[in-house]
Amino acid sequence: MYAQLVETGAAEASEKDREFQEKIDRGVRIEANDWMPEGYRKTLIRQISQHAHSEIVGQLPEGNWITRAPSLQRKAILLAKVQDEAGHGLYLYCAAETLGISRDEMTAQLLSGKAKYSSIFNYPTLTWADMGAVGWLVDGAAIMNQVPLQRCSYGPYSRAMIRVCKEESFHQRQGFDIMRQLCEGTEEQKAMAQDALNRWWWPSLMMFGPSDKDSVHSEQSMRWGIKQNTNDELRQKFVDQTVPQAEWLGLTVPDPDLKWNEETGGYDFGEPDWSEFFEVIKGNGPCNRDRLAARNKAWDDGAWFRDGLTAHAEKQIQHIAAE
Amino acid sequence: MEPLVTFCLRMGDTTLILGQQTAAWCGHAPVLEEDIAFANMGLDLIGQTQLWYEIAAQTEGKGRTPDDLAFFRTERQFLNAQLVERPNTDFAHALMRQYLFDAWHLPMQEALCDSGHEAIRDLAQKSVKEVRYHIDRSRDLIVRLGDGSDESRAKMQAALDALWPYAADLMATDEVEAALADQGVLPGLDRVRRAFDAETAATLDRATLTIPENGHARTGGRTGIHTETMGYILAEMQSVPRTFPDARW
Repeated sequence: MYAQLVETGAAEASEKDREFQEKIDRGVRIEANDWMPEGYRKTLIRQISQHAHSEIVGQLPEGNWITRAPSLQRKAILLAKVQDEAGHGLYLYCAAETLGISRDEMTAQLLSGKAKYSSIFNYPTLTWADMGAVGWLVDGAAIMNQVPLQRCSYGPYSRAMIRVCKEESFHQRQGFDIMRQLCEGTEEQKAMAQDALNRWWWPSLMMFGPSDKDSVHSEQSMRWGIKQNTNDELRQKFVDQTVPQAEWLGLTVPDPDLKWNEETGGYDFGEPDWSEFFEVIKGNGPCNRDRLAARNKAWDDGAWFRDGLTAHAEKQIQHIAAE
Repeated sequence: MEPLVTFCLRMGDTTLILGQQTAAWCGHAPVLEEDIAFANMGLDLIGQTQLWYEIAAQTEGKGRTPDDLAFFRTERQFLNAQLVERPNTDFAHALMRQYLFDAWHLPMQEALCDSGHEAIRDLAQKSVKEVRYHIDRSRDLIVRLGDGSDESRAKMQAALDALWPYAADLMATDEVEAALADQGVLPGLDRVRRAFDAETAATLDRATLTIPENGHARTGGRTGIHTETMGYILAEMQSVPRTFPDARW
């Protein structure tokens, strides 16, 4: 996942636009060298880079527990997971680069606060159980959104998503396994698991973005085959999948309005606090400042490293030229 | 303690503490490729730790698990070389620490590939492939950053000056290693020091870095004497299992 409120722009349709739309409608994949409307290119750059930034910033809340994982096995699994996320960031930056933007430009947009990343990573990970809840709920929500993106109309993004999805489903199962172990454990462990669910449930539902009626850019993205399902459809699917899992774990979903609806064959559920969501998106979540500060520090502290490698490469070129 | 158990703890504690320190860079490295590489090395090191602790626990035969060894021993019971507990001062320190460790770890693992102890031989034959990759990477970066910009050379030299005295602790041996050498568990130990010296002399020269002359050797880790950073590393690493000692994770 990890792309919310992606702007699409709007313009008059030309002949070329109509031909392009026909291609999309016939299910033809768009590749990097094909003609595409500027709005399509910009929308994809925003969405893919936002997704990449989410993977990069997403290293931080889970990285927070790598050094404190409670067993060697859990430490190795968590480390492997965070490594996968960095790898996803790398594929996605590469996919975005095919649209004519460089990784450095995208990084600068992230560090300045201009580019967004998923709201979810602005919440803190406070106990070990959060590693379970994040894997189970956050990766679970991400998969809901990413599985359809494997069929996205833009080839490089679609292919990156095929790789990403394989790893994400593994992460989700690992998160669930942490929760299972906690729920089968001591009273303190069960309480830790319930507390994590209480804190992560609503932010996870918000990951799908605002309700369809308030989602201004969805329609154009769907016409272009960038988005396949509406925010509300995906949120419903997520709730329907997750509630029985919570019951199996013996945990209570923190929503008094949650109720099985025989007629729709799904759960009715309460409305997330959208004012909180928009505050987090604006930069006022619990960790927005810390996350950006950590990324800026890593980048600034690493300047000498990147410059040093460049200087070495230049010396090598001079050596070759001199020979 | 049986010499074999002590030796396995010396090895496993060293890979664990380095793995812990390496993993802490996740999300904070200078480029995305280094985030990935550090996580990858951390994973290899933690995997190797599990293997060392399994041999230690089985040999000891007191029913302790690898996790008991990692999470329920105190600072004075940890037998890692002091080098790996030196702090993540900056990325130059992290790279230099890794390189000096690799320059010892590779000949050590190569020697252990001929061990008369079957489980250790299997461990070494598996790990040596990972360790070869680690040193290829760390050597390459030491050369490129040493022979890079003025600033990168200064940073790498400062890291070398700070860490070189601790390299001796990797190679410190006593009656434990002597006994295992006699038993054929630990063959070719004399070659390890020579290989370390040859590797570091050649690479640091290519990197235009100077080995400090007045680097008094710091040792003690192998008998549980550590630097002041060590207690904090364990406090962080062990906090959850120690808070909930009856829990399984």
